Amino acid sequence: MLDADFFRRWMAATAASVDREAERLTALDSPIGDADHGSNLQRGFRAVVTVLDKEAPDTPGAVLTLAGRQLISTVGGASGPLYGTLLRRTGKALGDAAEVSEAQLAEALGTGVDAVRQLGGAAPGDKTMIDALVPAVGALGESFAAAGAAAEEGAVATTPLRARKGRASYLGERSVGHQDPGATSAALLIAALQEARGE
Amino acid sequence: MSESGGGTERRLVGVVLVSHSAAVAASVAELAKGLAGGGPTAPVAPAGGTADGGLGTSAELISAAAASVDRGAGVAILMDLGSAVLTVKALLAEGDELPPDTRLVDAPFVEGAVAAVVTASAGADVAAVESAAAEAYSYRKE
Repeated sequence: MLDADFFRRWMAATAASVDREAERLTALDSPIGDADHGSNLQRGFRAVVTVLDKEAPDTPGAVLTLAGRQLISTVGGASGPLYGTLLRRTGKALGDAAEVSEAQLAEALGTGVDAVRQLGGAAPGDKTMIDALVPAVGALGESFAAAGAAAEEGAVATTPLRARKGRASYLGERSVGHQDPGATSAALLIAALQEARGE
Repeated sequence: MSESGGGTERRLVGVVLVSHSAAVAASVAELAKGLAGGGPTAPVAPAGGTADGGLGTSAELISAAAASVDRGAGVAILMDLGSAVLTVKALLAEGDELPPDTRLVDAPFVEGAVAAVVTASAGADVAAVESAAAEAYSYRKE
């Protein structure tokens, strides 16, 4: 079972991973975006860790809803409302249980991903974070490791795609050949699940 | 805002203009108020850029702007693109971050802002302000 501490470790592991990869995310966002994905997410997840330390929410649902709210407030780019909605809806779907099973997390994350799809209007193949998140949710029932691998594979598979959402979509064919920064950061979020359990 | 001649206080719809740029939001607010003509205009607040003055969207600036123009008659929010749209949608989904009867108005930013401010200044309700702004999409330039 997964408790609030696990979810705090998940957010902390994501923040650490975003810190390590911030320059790479921004480099991926330079040719097809506005070159701020790494720094925006870094600011957002640092703020998430700070607010979780300060307010110490004591259920998995409360950890994720607070984290999501903080991302919406602090990121400043499209990744704020998108990641914020993902975590907030996932948290709401977990309710106020003190502990949740991996199966419950998988189902709740599916609800969160659906909310992101609705907010951004993106479908698989549009070269967005959805291309990492949808396969990750599909593999989460198997194991965290399988979800991490599926997300990473989904992120890499965005490279040959033509962007149909966001700023990159204005570039048309010129967006082809670049890995999507949003799918890349989504893969970091999913990989951090495994780290949070110390696997 | 005070009333425009009647005996009772009229509560006008507020308008919030969200842009990635503080200068764009402020200028469009000024333009819309200027074109609304003489007499009292509806409350209009820009929410441009990030809180530290950069390009982007700030949920805090949007919430503060909406609170500042709320006179109890609803608030119409117009925005430019990308993260501005997503942030307003996410705030609306939060439920308690924006005044009651706040609407995301799907309209061209400049033309819609002028239509919204003129309509709101005439004392229309929030649904009428929303549809006046959205109608700006049907005005073709050639």
